[in-house]
Amino acid sequence: MPEVLSAPLVVEFPFTRSLGPVQSAFLTGLRERTLLGVRASDGRILMPPVEYDPVTAEELRDLVEVAGTGTVTTWAWNPHPRPGQPLTAPFAWVLVRLDGADTALLHALDARGPEEVSSGTRVRVRWAAERRGAITDIVCFERLDEGGRPDGHADSQGKKSRQSDNRPERPRATTPHTGRFDGDPVTGIVTAARLDYTYTSGRAQSRFLTALTGRRIIGERCPDCRKTYVPPRGACPTCGVATDEQVEVGPRGTVTTYCVVNVKARNLDIEVPYVYAHIALDGADLGLHARIGGIPYDQVRMGLRVEAVWVDDDRLAPTLASVDHFRPTGEPDADYDTYKELL
Amino acid sequence: MMPREVAIVAFAQAPTVRRSDQLSEVELLMPVLHDVLGQVGLRAGEIGFTCSGSSDYLAGRAFSFTMALDGVGAWPPISESHVEMDGAWALYEAWVALLTGQADTALVYAYGKSSPGSVRDVLTRQLDPYYVAPLWPDSVSLAALQAQALIDAGHTDERELAGIAARSRTAAEANPSAQLVGSAPPDVLLAEEYVVQPLRRHDCPPVGDGAAAVVLAAGDTALDLCPRPAWIHGIDHRVEAHSLGVRDLTDSPSTRLAAEHAGLFEAPVDTAELHAPFTSQEVVLRRALGLDEEVAVNPSGGALAANPVMAAGLIRLGEAAAAVHRGESQRAVAHATSGPCLQQNLVAVLEAR
Repeated sequence: MPEVLSAPLVVEFPFTRSLGPVQSAFLTGLRERTLLGVRASDGRILMPPVEYDPVTAEELRDLVEVAGTGTVTTWAWNPHPRPGQPLTAPFAWVLVRLDGADTALLHALDARGPEEVSSGTRVRVRWAAERRGAITDIVCFERLDEGGRPDGHADSQGKKSRQSDNRPERPRATTPHTGRFDGDPVTGIVTAARLDYTYTSGRAQSRFLTALTGRRIIGERCPDCRKTYVPPRGACPTCGVATDEQVEVGPRGTVTTYCVVNVKARNLDIEVPYVYAHIALDGADLGLHARIGGIPYDQVRMGLRVEAVWVDDDRLAPTLASVDHFRPTGEPDADYDTYKELL
Repeated sequence: MMPREVAIVAFAQAPTVRRSDQLSEVELLMPVLHDVLGQVGLRAGEIGFTCSGSSDYLAGRAFSFTMALDGVGAWPPISESHVEMDGAWALYEAWVALLTGQADTALVYAYGKSSPGSVRDVLTRQLDPYYVAPLWPDSVSLAALQAQALIDAGHTDERELAGIAARSRTAAEANPSAQLVGSAPPDVLLAEEYVVQPLRRHDCPPVGDGAAAVVLAAGDTALDLCPRPAWIHGIDHRVEAHSLGVRDLTDSPSTRLAAEHAGLFEAPVDTAELHAPFTSQEVVLRRALGLDEEVAVNPSGGALAANPVMAAGLIRLGEAAAAVHRGESQRAVAHATSGPCLQQNLVAVLEAR
């Protein structure tokens, strides 16, 4: 059997979410270098803040400002940062309880090595120079020295942490806050999400796709109901058994149904209108979709006999695009009874 | 009305492997479905309700669960459902369907094909999209934060964690479906480098592709299909706050509550199948479930020996049931987890009668 085919597959999308009033105030606050928590039903200050109480599910709205300094509650040294993570050089993941808050925020801590980090380490926020209202407005945390100042060691880009907020740190104090700031509030987030895969097509689809490079269309037959599926996916959906008997089908077939396409598709260099049809290849028990050419669009009809027109040799590839289109064979139309089960 | 009794009457799984490039998801799953249905002599069309668990994100294939249904044989149309969760939660849905009399038998299956992608990164997309997912904290890093909290609290140390790894993978030598079998002694393991400190490679689950299926049956039907059914005394599942910093990562109150509702604490168990993908999570679960040294924990090797994401929890229920079927267990507890740092937990108590 042919080798199983594989190809890179990227799933990428801008993950776009609107915000509730508490999240909006928090992220707007980050833009303004202000850290807002929310008071929970039991009086605790939740940081980062949430819209609903994690215990009682009550709506929470009492915002309070907390300090930009805090204490590490747990940590994990990450020697090999992965794409998208806050720092590119080795860093510590930390949960930080900011002064004035009762719960901890997840972020990165810039440090030279794990020996510089422990639970209890005092840290402060390192703000991004340009902020847009996102959790990444905090670049990371950095350690405070004994006197409550940053230790000033170089960040991951090799620069001193000069963009840090150098205002004197406030003690553990919380100040009520309206959540309103100058400028427009942040009302949504867009997080770029990208996942990289290597897609493999499995045995049945690989056999089908590889055969196309030799101008052959291979279906697979169910050992139970004897139906032949094109394209094959490895299983008979009716019987739930493997379809491992290969059957060459076509290249001729019958149009079972069709539509006239009047909208030009992006990236598709085909003049409209054209006909897209369901074609029952001779020997197949499942219709294949393809474009019909070589005949005016308004003369295509159910029962029309057609055959595959392949691309030139140098464009043959393990893809259905190796069949450029189907064209009429000139045979008499097929009788309705011969294809009615395939509609 | 007397509540119905429901049992797990059959369990099958595919050997978990690092890569299954030769197989599409349906090709991976189909032998498992045939195995489990063959054990009870039923065809898909004779099953009252079918429910599956999987996630399209693992392999990046949209609607892969509908393709997988081809392997069931769903024509004429069957009564069917799917959860984008571990198959243990599909089993829960099927159990409820049987309890309420909607069906007398159910087929539950799950599969996970992690090899096409990077599961550490894929799992970041299940996190809070506002405050957490933009930082891309991978699954090992989050588990490491929990492990450090446990160490700081004095609940465990790195040596004990290495012992859990060695014990699990040594136990897996008797499990033909396990992926990672056998282990160096803890002293050797502790000489390895950290993946994310304090977790080393041995503390983490292997990445693999796998599938599993069970058949459930109610009342007399269960007795007709299986000489020694694993009766479900109770199942419950509970979730904790989604914000990691709100939770006490050293404890699992959701597991304890689910166990209480499932009736775990009414009588001792002899066997526990815990879905603890990381060694440190077994420490949390043992404490939450109150398991003592008398209980055989993960005789299958557990998720440290094979962790096909979305199937590993269902496999815990299947392994516990199979121990009852074989007469090796009188009363077993099975656990499944979902989300970061044991966020959501399902507990089932299975019994011989």
